Amino acid sequence: MLSAKANGPTREGAVRPGLGWALLGSELAVLFRRLRTWAMLIALAAVPILIAVAVKLSSRPTAPGRGPLFLDRITQNGLFVAVTALVVCVPLFLPFTVGVVAGDTIAGEANLGTLRYLLIAPAGRIRLLLVKYAGAVAFCLAATATVAASGALAGVVLFPVGPVTLLSGDTISVGESSLRSLLIAAYITVSLLGLSAIGLLISTFTDVPVGAMAATVVLSVVSQVLDNLPQLEWLHPWLFSHHWLSFADLLRQPISWTSFGENALLQAGYIAVCGALAYAKFSNKDVLS
Amino acid sequence: MNESRTAASVGATERAAPARSSDLAIETHGLVKRFGHRSAVEGIDLAVPRGSVFGFLGPNGSGKTTTIRVLLGLASANSGDIRVLGREMPQALASVLPGVGALVEGPGFYTFLSGTGNLMRLDAADPHASSSTRRQRVHDALERVGLSHAAGKKVRAYSLGMKQRLGLANAMLRPRELLVLDEPTNGLDPQGTREVRNLVRSLAAGGTTVFVSSHLLAEVEQMCSHVGVMSAGRLVAQGPIEELRSAGQAHVVVQTPDVNLASQVLTRLGLVPGEAPGTGSPWGTTAVLGTGINGHVPEEIVAALVAEGVRVRGFTVENASLEERFVSLTGEGFDVVG
Ligand SMILES: Nc1ncnc2c1ncn2[C@@H]1O[C@H](COP(=O)(O)OP(=O)(O)OP(=O)(O)O)[C@@H](O)[C@H]1O
Ligand SMILES: [Mg+2]
Repeated sequence: MLSAKANGPTREGAVRPGLGWALLGSELAVLFRRLRTWAMLIALAAVPILIAVAVKLSSRPTAPGRGPLFLDRITQNGLFVAVTALVVCVPLFLPFTVGVVAGDTIAGEANLGTLRYLLIAPAGRIRLLLVKYAGAVAFCLAATATVAASGALAGVVLFPVGPVTLLSGDTISVGESSLRSLLIAAYITVSLLGLSAIGLLISTFTDVPVGAMAATVVLSVVSQVLDNLPQLEWLHPWLFSHHWLSFADLLRQPISWTSFGENALLQAGYIAVCGALAYAKFSNKDVLS
Repeated sequence: MNESRTAASVGATERAAPARSSDLAIETHGLVKRFGHRSAVEGIDLAVPRGSVFGFLGPNGSGKTTTIRVLLGLASANSGDIRVLGREMPQALASVLPGVGALVEGPGFYTFLSGTGNLMRLDAADPHASSSTRRQRVHDALERVGLSHAAGKKVRAYSLGMKQRLGLANAMLRPRELLVLDEPTNGLDPQGTREVRNLVRSLAAGGTTVFVSSHLLAEVEQMCSHVGVMSAGRLVAQGPIEELRSAGQAHVVVQTPDVNLASQVLTRLGLVPGEAPGTGSPWGTTAVLGTGINGHVPEEIVAALVAEGVRVRGFTVENASLEERFVSLTGEGFDVVG
């Protein structure tokens, strides 16, 4: 082994530049060590528990077709708690937490004054953007996984668990239905990637993280409202929230991947466009915070 | 006022000219940075020799921090050439910055992380920094700035001076060729200020070039070998500190009860006498101030005074202070040029 000193021109503590995985590791550590992140994950975990407890305590059975999707099925099968909770969280809770994390990416660093120190480290502007986005993606994954896991747990504890009857009429085993729940969690994670890219883009425009967070959350609401206006039908396929709740395909036998594919394509489009714009903005930005 | 500015800048250019590019750690030509229509930096030609401790002086709002931001690639210049450590900026940013440690406009840290946690994070951001020595280097840097005992404390609970020290530790995480310190003693206690001076001296002795901005003249006088003076976005003087100081005039202070007679003698010698604050000695001595010794050797002046019967009770030659020079270059006014 060569010692660092024998390595030609490199200096003490210096190595040949790697891909910089250390920055990604550090980003994830900082994100998930933060109290705010934990508070949001705990709040998300509470949603399925609240739903399960409320259904358990209410004497009247929920009439089919009323309340969120699958709510009426929970009493018969605890495995539906996770799916119901995910459905409940998609319109507001998940976009809210994702908006907070994605809006904070660059603006939060600028606000703390750490952005200038990261850049002169030098983190590299492109690398920093990529790492920041990767952090936001990790949070999306953690958020949906938290809801699904907490829902599964609450369902198993409070309700009977058994084979599940699918929308297509087929019955699947407990193991397979858990797998389907995970698929739905994955679908929703993918759904949130476009919103994360939008948050990252907004975050490059300001030094005020709360502004970027609020703008991201508001956009997610606006997109869902527009998606409900029949007059704007031509616009619907282009709205990033258009496929957010179209995961029913994953509850058929055999699984139909069409909506998953369409959703993934749409989100990829948003990632590409917002990513390119964020890069264009951030690579030329004067960091004066 | 304007004449002295022009003269000083001309002198600066002449002095900078002989230095070859490779001898300079920082070199700019016609560097301009505008915010909207206002220019914060108006075409400055910096020449910071390698191995020097370069004091970057200037009143509030004169463009010091802006210059530093542009040098480090945080902001882009509107025009001008920049070379840092001999390489063209901002093209060579990625290869130059690992050799540069910096403190820019105060510290910036994650308040929810500890001192150690913050430094680990910022070190991880540098793809050239070895992860196997990271913990040790962070530990050493904290020790160097006297923060070992507060290393595990959340930065939220740090005082301003402690944050400033942490900022310095961050600049020294790795051996650097160039340190850029923007007002490093801001918020530090007297011991802290002394330590920073010693730190800068020891780093300079080790061959590191230190570029330190400040508006504290005493501080610059004590630790810098070279000075550049900014005023309203222009570099009005730069060069070795002695040259800048000697460009100002020395004073003669005579302590005597025969004020009028002494004034006459000084006038005859071509000095411009004025009243210096008197010292309350037992004999009621009054002081006379002669500006500029005008090529006279001090003992000549004393001899002339004594020959005329002036009772000389004290005689001092005071070199021009950097402060007077600074004020003559940047103007007396207290108002920030906005
Ligand atoms: N983000 C900004 N937007 C617009 N103008 C700015 C900005 N930052 C600085 N300026 C202007 O640029 C000029 C130089 O500011 P700079 O911060 O470089 O001064 P400085 O020499 O560092 O002052 P100080 O000693 O107070 O730190 C000032 O007139 C200031 O108003
Ligand atoms: Mg400043």
